[in-house]
Amino acid sequence: MIQWVTPEGKLTKQGLKHWSKFSNDEKREWLRWMILARQFDRRAILLQRQGRIGTYAPLEGQEAAQIGSSMALHPEDWVFPSYREHGVALKVGMPISQVFLYWMGRVEGCKPPEGVRLMPPTVPIATQIPQAVGAAWASKLRKETFVSVAYFGDGATSEGDFHEGLNFAGVFKLPVIFFCQNNGYAISVPFNRQSASETIAERAKAYQIPGVLVDGNDVFAVRGVMEEAIARARKGDGPTLIEAVTYRKGSHTTADDATRYRPSDEVKEWIEERDPVERWRACLLHEGLISLEEVESWTHHCDEQVDLGIKEAESSTPALATHLFEYVYHEVSRKLMRQKTECETREIPWLN
Amino acid sequence: MAELTMVQAICDALQVALEEMPEVLLLGEDIGKNGGVFRATDGLWEQFGDERVIDTPLAEAGIIGSSIGLAVNGFKPVAEVQFLTFIYPAFEQIISHIARLHTRTQGAFPNSIVIRAPYGGGIRAPELHSDSTETFFVHTPGLKVVVPSTPSDAKGLLLAAIKQPDPVIFLEPMKLYRAFKEEVPTGWYEIPLGSARLVQTGTDVTIIAWGAMVPVAMQGASECEKSGISCEVIDLRTLDPVDEETIIQSVTKTGRVVIVQEAPRTLGLGSELMAMIQEQAFYSLEAPMVRVTSYDVPVPMYALEDDFRPTAEKVAQAVYKVVQEGGR
Ligand SMILES: Cc1ncc(C[n+]2csc(CCOP(=O)(O)OP(=O)(O)O)c2C)c(N)n1
Repeated sequence: MIQWVTPEGKLTKQGLKHWSKFSNDEKREWLRWMILARQFDRRAILLQRQGRIGTYAPLEGQEAAQIGSSMALHPEDWVFPSYREHGVALKVGMPISQVFLYWMGRVEGCKPPEGVRLMPPTVPIATQIPQAVGAAWASKLRKETFVSVAYFGDGATSEGDFHEGLNFAGVFKLPVIFFCQNNGYAISVPFNRQSASETIAERAKAYQIPGVLVDGNDVFAVRGVMEEAIARARKGDGPTLIEAVTYRKGSHTTADDATRYRPSDEVKEWIEERDPVERWRACLLHEGLISLEEVESWTHHCDEQVDLGIKEAESSTPALATHLFEYVYHEVSRKLMRQKTECETREIPWLN
Repeated sequence: MAELTMVQAICDALQVALEEMPEVLLLGEDIGKNGGVFRATDGLWEQFGDERVIDTPLAEAGIIGSSIGLAVNGFKPVAEVQFLTFIYPAFEQIISHIARLHTRTQGAFPNSIVIRAPYGGGIRAPELHSDSTETFFVHTPGLKVVVPSTPSDAKGLLLAAIKQPDPVIFLEPMKLYRAFKEEVPTGWYEIPLGSARLVQTGTDVTIIAWGAMVPVAMQGASECEKSGISCEVIDLRTLDPVDEETIIQSVTKTGRVVIVQEAPRTLGLGSELMAMIQEQAFYSLEAPMVRVTSYDVPVPMYALEDDFRPTAEKVAQAVYKVVQEGGR
């Protein structure tokens, strides 16, 4: 497994070798974005408890995988996320308020700002994988250089769509990155019940795709392997499967209780000894790239941004029932027009 | 007798089935150690072990496809699809195989499988968890389709489904999982498939509903009673085979029909019921039949869920209409 920073925040030999590949400014940015993702996530859980948003899928513990990978993307690259990639969404340009809107049950939260190539969260597991392949295909057919990334979990690798996506990508040699966050569990099902193979990365071989196993809580290594995969893709060398080994610190969603199925010493170890944000913070402190005061002021600033996002989301125009009939087709059919009238007037028109 | 919610009654039925039928196997995602995301299999893995209560990999085609192979070998798979909206990877297995294996092999191999799935809206679930797509299965010959609306019905119907030689799609309205408790008989107890339940008798209008729409229909009916309109309410319980006799008897008596359906309007079960009534009881009708349904739009995210779904108010309004129209 590729690791450039140890859980204690020390650079490994490989880490030292790659250290100068990225600017100090960028390295600081990784931490700032990870803090934003974490502060967003913690607030979202609180909002759910207060009934201000619906059931929510927390990401805490997966910040390094999400930020490390998305920091490597260019604006023209496509992102096909699952439902847990709030960190990725924020990084590629989704406003905080939009992400909140989504979890407030508002369809408007699916729509990214103009120019942001981010698909809406994917709820049916693994279905985004072949879609990302298609986006990469478009790039190849048009002879462009953008790449496409599919984000998914370990559970998704059991679905047929995972196989079909990787197979297409291998056959047509497409510029797509399959980025799997293996957080050890698909809801309650541990990875050893998901697959008899030791790793997900090794499955790439069967499709003649490089498979990379990386410490997903090491933002530096994730950023590094993603850079390489993207470079290969842009050059026309085809897809890569990256398995980022990580852990979701909390429950699957706010409706789930992870204490029912995860051993407490395992959880404790991941929380106390392998936290991705702590790891990078320790590394940057050790390397003299940040001060504690800076981290504190960033955290404060992130909280303010999150506050602002909540305010925006909560003060947005309320959803109207008639919105139901918009955007079903490109024009409103006669049938839907009639149903819209029925909805507005609460009358059953054909009986009047 | 025990006071149970619907989800507890379902768990109870599964427990009884596992106990009394050694060929019963439960398969699904998160049904083992976690006891199901709704706790419909709570405690069963502990009691019956990993070979009878089986956490599978995350793959619906795998769950349902392998259920077929188990079934032809005499096992009785009771598969859980975590939410009905995630059944699509298994569609091929259900439509092309489970539904027609009996026809294709002329009975040579058993295809006795139960597929359970929580479904429907009204609980502010995340996006893509709330569709009511019972029509797909009712439309497919070879499948029986069951939807309970009370805890004791849930238990009795599920056990009857498990005893069925035919494959059964057993749809569980999430909205009713914990809506109320009632006395549920202990031990083995069946309610035959294909028999509707007369929830309330009345003389002016027949209201037909199933699943989560039964309490909505009842609420609408009691609203109308205030204006002196007497409603007969039928809970279908089994959507296929549907209890035509009970429906026709009621319609012959009341002459007026309101159908309450959670699914969007077009080609929902309500359409088929109207066609059937028209064919069998046209001359008893005193007014055009009315459907109260969701609109023909994608099931919205939860902010608009209440506007999308049928409500008691919409039911009452429909009842007033058919009564006025018919000149009571
Ligand atoms: C096709 C499908 N089946 C089942 C579900 C229900 N479900 C939602 S999340 C989940 C587990 C997903 O695990 P994984 O892919 O590892 O991603 P993670 O949640 O760990 O990020 C399941 C079974 C679903 N959303 N889609």
